[in-house]
Amino acid sequence: MSLSATTAPPSNVTPPGSEPPRRRGFLLNRLDLKYSPYLYIAPFFLIFGIFGLYPMLRTAWMSLHDWDMIGDQTFIGLDNYAALIKDDYFWNALYNTFGIFALSTIPQLLLALFLANLLNSTLLRAKTFFRLAIFIPNVVSVAAVAIVFGMLFQREFGLINWVLSFVGVDNIDWDGQRWSSWTAIATMVNWRWVGYNTLILLAGMQAIPKDLYEAASIDGAGPWRQFWQITVPMVRPTLIFVIILSTIGGMQLFTEPLLFANGSILGGNQREFQTLAMYMYEKGIENLNTAGYGAAVAWAIFLIIALMSLLNFLLVRRSAK
Amino acid sequence: MTSASRRLWRTSPLTYMALVLAALLSIYPFYYMIVIGTRTLDSINDVPPPLTPGGAFGDNFGRVLDNDAANFLTGLMNSVIVSSVVTLSVVLTGSLAGFAFAKLRFRGRNILLLMIVITMMIPTQLGIIPLWGMMQELNWFGTLYAVTVPFLVSAFGVFMMRQYASQAISDELIEAGRVDGASTFRIYWNIVLPALRPAAAVLGLLTFMETWNSFLWPYAILTPENPTLQVSLSFLSYAYYTDYSQVFAATAVGTLPLVLVFILFGRQIIGGIMEGAVKS
Repeated sequence: MSLSATTAPPSNVTPPGSEPPRRRGFLLNRLDLKYSPYLYIAPFFLIFGIFGLYPMLRTAWMSLHDWDMIGDQTFIGLDNYAALIKDDYFWNALYNTFGIFALSTIPQLLLALFLANLLNSTLLRAKTFFRLAIFIPNVVSVAAVAIVFGMLFQREFGLINWVLSFVGVDNIDWDGQRWSSWTAIATMVNWRWVGYNTLILLAGMQAIPKDLYEAASIDGAGPWRQFWQITVPMVRPTLIFVIILSTIGGMQLFTEPLLFANGSILGGNQREFQTLAMYMYEKGIENLNTAGYGAAVAWAIFLIIALMSLLNFLLVRRSAK
Repeated sequence: MTSASRRLWRTSPLTYMALVLAALLSIYPFYYMIVIGTRTLDSINDVPPPLTPGGAFGDNFGRVLDNDAANFLTGLMNSVIVSSVVTLSVVLTGSLAGFAFAKLRFRGRNILLLMIVITMMIPTQLGIIPLWGMMQELNWFGTLYAVTVPFLVSAFGVFMMRQYASQAISDELIEAGRVDGASTFRIYWNIVLPALRPAAAVLGLLTFMETWNSFLWPYAILTPENPTLQVSLSFLSYAYYTDYSQVFAATAVGTLPLVLVFILFGRQIIGGIMEGAVKS
């Protein structure tokens, strides 16, 4: 690639765009201009093609088979999907995933909006410190977060039950029931992502022209009205971005519930908090002989994400008109 | 008092209280990790729970090192290797492709770029089951190849570099390079790459953090004998979940490198995240 640099002395090279006369190095130069871009993008497409795109398409192919990872593969058409619709465990996982998603996304976004609004104040001191402090949970690995919160939510000696005992709440068996396990897992997710969403929303807020607020204060609008009538509408595109990101993350929730269940892929004795991603793992990787069925679960997750993103998009377009 | 500082005084107490509370809640679990990781096992079950660090860290961490269920040191070293290799590769391949998409003309450029943007929206989980089978066929199960090679490139990296390159590098600069007789690769190496440094740094930091913290795939494909740090932590916590001081000493040590990176480069990381949000 760098050959043409050595064969073409500086004075002989033609500026790009103009029709070059025949000179030494011209051919190499032309080859370089025409084909080297493909060399530069090749690594991405090569590796992504093999380890990204191909497995994805293969998932679709597998989902149409009774696929055993070590043995037979029989084509069965859409039977896996038909079975999925009648599968109580699948609906259970879907229910859990949406429950945890609601418990994490809604408070998380409200809190992030609120914090971003506070951080957006022009007169705030120690801005950088607060930004760093609020973002730091996102730096910690999910595994560590899940382990630490697992102990905070422990039944006998956990800090949270201890604090709750002061307001007269008896020891809660956090991983024993649906609502309590959902709350505990949602807390881990919230703790990790509030700061991240705050920063993204803050970035959106900083693009709002300041004179809008000045005009509003002159008209007598207080901070609360300014927040709901200027900040929130103006930050809507960013909000949608954050909601779609949270949806994608929420539908793929895996690590927190897995570690909360001490590594059991079932998510509690009665599958109280088994998520879709855990169910996919149970069917597709833990049990090699149901890999085809697991692949169908994987595509179902993808379809749900796509559907929710589309829904979001339509809602926004409608409310924007 | 100026009107500005008066407004500061009027609005501040509640705002600051809320922000300080948020900061405390954000930092507390780290502190808790250190408290438990430096306490003896007996004192953990005290009611009320301990609130200050103790002096038993050496003893706790010693138990981590002696423990063959988790191979903590191997995990730590593996994480350093995998994260570094992936980061280096994502930055290099991302800047190469980003430069090509931003500054070079070639057939199919727009369609190929669109493909990259679309792939950014596809969850990696969608390919995990066949990928697991592929790793068996390649004999990569349980090896670091399995957690490194598929992640050597990133669509987000290409896209981010392309955005930055189209703004930060003027066409004149590249033309000047061509007039001086430089090949395209030399232009990339001597002109483009240095100009991309700020974006490369942010991309590198984000990639390093993401790789260091990734869990699902390493968990699926690695074994306790040769884990990454996160996998090692998970096995440690399953097997010794009653020995919290040991587990927490390990999580604290495993979290420390990233917290250090964050303390050193936090501003850049946050700047990069906020900038990325506005552009997209």
